Amino acid sequence: MPVITYREALNRAMREEMIRDPNVFVMGEEVGHYNGAYKVTQGLLQDFSERRVIDAPIAEMGFAGIGVGAAMVGLRPIIEFMTFNFSLVAIDQIVNNAAKIYQMSAGQFHIPIVFRGPSGPAVQVGSQHSQALESMYAHVPGLKVVMPSTALDAKGLLKSAIRDDNPVVFMEGETLYNTTWEVPDGGPDDGLIPIGVGDIKRVGADITLVAWSKMVWTCLDAARVLAEEGIDCEVVDPRTLRPLDVDIIVNSVKKTGRCVIVEIGWPVAGFGAEVAYQVQRHCLDALDAPIERVCSDDVPMPYAKNLEDEVQPQIKDVVAAVKRALYLE
Amino acid sequence: MAQIIGLPKLSPTMEEGVLVRWTKKEGDKVSPGDLIAEVETDKANMDFNVEDDGVLLKLLVKEGDTVRLGAPVLILGKAGEDITALVAQAAALAAQPAAASAPVPAPKEAPAVVAAKPAPVKPTPVAPAPKPAAKVAAPAAKVAAPVGDKVLASPLAKSLAIELGIDLRTLTGSGPGGRIVERDVRAAVISDEQVALDTPVVEAEPTSSETAIAVRAKPAVDGTGAYEDFPASNMRKRIAARLTEAKRDVPHFYLQRQIDAAPLLAFRERLNALLGDRGKVSVNDLVVKAVALALRRVPECNASWEGDAIRRYHGVHVGIAVAIDDGLVTPVVRDADQKGLGSISAEVRDLADRAKRKGLKGHEITGSTFTVSNLGMLGIERFTAILNPPEAGILAVGAVLDVPVVKDGQVVAGKRMTVSMSCDHRVIDGALGARWLIAFADLLEHPESLAL
Repeated sequence: MPVITYREALNRAMREEMIRDPNVFVMGEEVGHYNGAYKVTQGLLQDFSERRVIDAPIAEMGFAGIGVGAAMVGLRPIIEFMTFNFSLVAIDQIVNNAAKIYQMSAGQFHIPIVFRGPSGPAVQVGSQHSQALESMYAHVPGLKVVMPSTALDAKGLLKSAIRDDNPVVFMEGETLYNTTWEVPDGGPDDGLIPIGVGDIKRVGADITLVAWSKMVWTCLDAARVLAEEGIDCEVVDPRTLRPLDVDIIVNSVKKTGRCVIVEIGWPVAGFGAEVAYQVQRHCLDALDAPIERVCSDDVPMPYAKNLEDEVQPQIKDVVAAVKRALYLE
Repeated sequence: MAQIIGLPKLSPTMEEGVLVRWTKKEGDKVSPGDLIAEVETDKANMDFNVEDDGVLLKLLVKEGDTVRLGAPVLILGKAGEDITALVAQAAALAAQPAAASAPVPAPKEAPAVVAAKPAPVKPTPVAPAPKPAAKVAAPAAKVAAPVGDKVLASPLAKSLAIELGIDLRTLTGSGPGGRIVERDVRAAVISDEQVALDTPVVEAEPTSSETAIAVRAKPAVDGTGAYEDFPASNMRKRIAARLTEAKRDVPHFYLQRQIDAAPLLAFRERLNALLGDRGKVSVNDLVVKAVALALRRVPECNASWEGDAIRRYHGVHVGIAVAIDDGLVTPVVRDADQKGLGSISAEVRDLADRAKRKGLKGHEITGSTFTVSNLGMLGIERFTAILNPPEAGILAVGAVLDVPVVKDGQVVAGKRMTVSMSCDHRVIDGALGARWLIAFADLLEHPESLAL
């Protein structure tokens, strides 16, 4: 199977869906002539014309709102935020319009829109450009929140997001664009991954690690370290936070009896707290230890590289949490 | 009113305890649940919690003292109370001989020895404990009644304990604050409950740990010195119960057969020559493999009686009886029919080693579908084994003996091994069992087929 990057997978997903459905179009800052700030929309302008690949001014509230309006009248917009940090400028459109119109119009208007772009801390871009906002969006009924960790998931889930009749907040890992994975090279309906279905990224018997996006990779690295000590980790990637595949997490924890939730966001009211609630709700009798959470520290991201590493979950933090949950420390 | 508090039963098997440390001193006010002392029992150091409000008026034993179960350890009451009479009474009670661990009737008028609360434990999962008996007139016998208090155990440890029939009160937690966690229950399974119950027990010579237990538990000696009672360990009790049940409830019958062991020994020699330093295959390893393949050939014997059905197992999992200190376990070689002799050999050695160190996990000693018990290496020519329910068959393997055999009308030297198969007649009839033994003998007498 061909191995492609996460970036290429996203590009292919949009390309295939734009070919499949003429109502799909892309709008955002630098998505056209510049081929995307992160080159995710590479070549789309050339192949689909300015009518369907639209360079927007630096006005997130404006083009997000245009997207919502376009969706109301039957188009299927893909709104790219240069990063999700800038989505905060447009959050009224996302939370108050996109998420609510279907319900407030008594089902008269579907909002088949995708808000996508890079998210999560990157490297030395400062507090305002280095944060994980998925917990905020996952809080909002009416939105779906997708957080793929691999190229395979990115492609299959973006295609499903574009085909979904509801607003989907599709948060890409800013530091994952160059990661690679095997992705089938089939027809337009190949490799679709349904929203709301998780994936076991590593099968293990001793403990369940729940993580999404970049933290899946951190957990897989930690699992390798722990395997050398004879600890067999299962890594569960829910892939979408809303709706959450509670079953896949619960079944894993029922098997292992222990759970560590790893997220790159802040601890307070982070999405991991919701996962922890679901786990204790459904797995109480299976738990051998308190559920552990590993998060970034509860501070705005520092700029200094050493501090930046310090506040974010590292392999050693996951290893330590696993050992706490196994009563090994 | 002041009262004498006796040493509570902090483990189900304790008869006395050593007061390791007082955590409160005379004059301290205490409330129900307060830790007042640590007591070393036959199991571990246990917490001694007080059950009543009051002031510790007098501590009757010193740290390091050994105290009989139920014997007075402290006087609890209100500050300033006159306890002269109680102190005298406590001294009298303490002076009573060890036999007094049988119920001591409470004095009519004086305050009785009150059973203090046992360790922080939960009623056993099988039989919920009654509420604590009336506080007064609770002789030592009542002390044994578990009092419903919190056991510190993880939810998984609790559900596992129920599933495996382990009494959490007997365990010491290794988690934070003494929390009993999964590994504590699993460890108890190995050492305590899930002992295999199949064969005549091979009694090892008393080991140092047995001696230690015996000394601590003070064997009862009758006045004439005619006998000595060694309190049974939990494992021994469990073996006793399960073997009795198996022999009583399962209709056993026995089939015996001689096997020509010469080809087997020659084959083993060739294998070991090939293996060189990389390990050794034993006769028992070959027997295990042959049993597994014979069960494939005659799958009707890889089965159990289920009351209204005969359950035939898809997997062939062979249990192997291993003698350990004070008992035996049967670790399981899973899917033995699909494993090569080398891996069976390595696995059996590993399981047996860990069995002796009590290092097996629960899943490694459960789920066998047929058991092998081999006393050949101990010189036993032939024996019959008690079945290991729910299995329908167990094979007892005797020693390989040099015997005269008649071959072509001539008496010549031969090698023979006698095996005895015990069958559950509800599952296996005589002819079926014989068929299985034919398959088994055929495999062992043509041992090359074990490598196929």
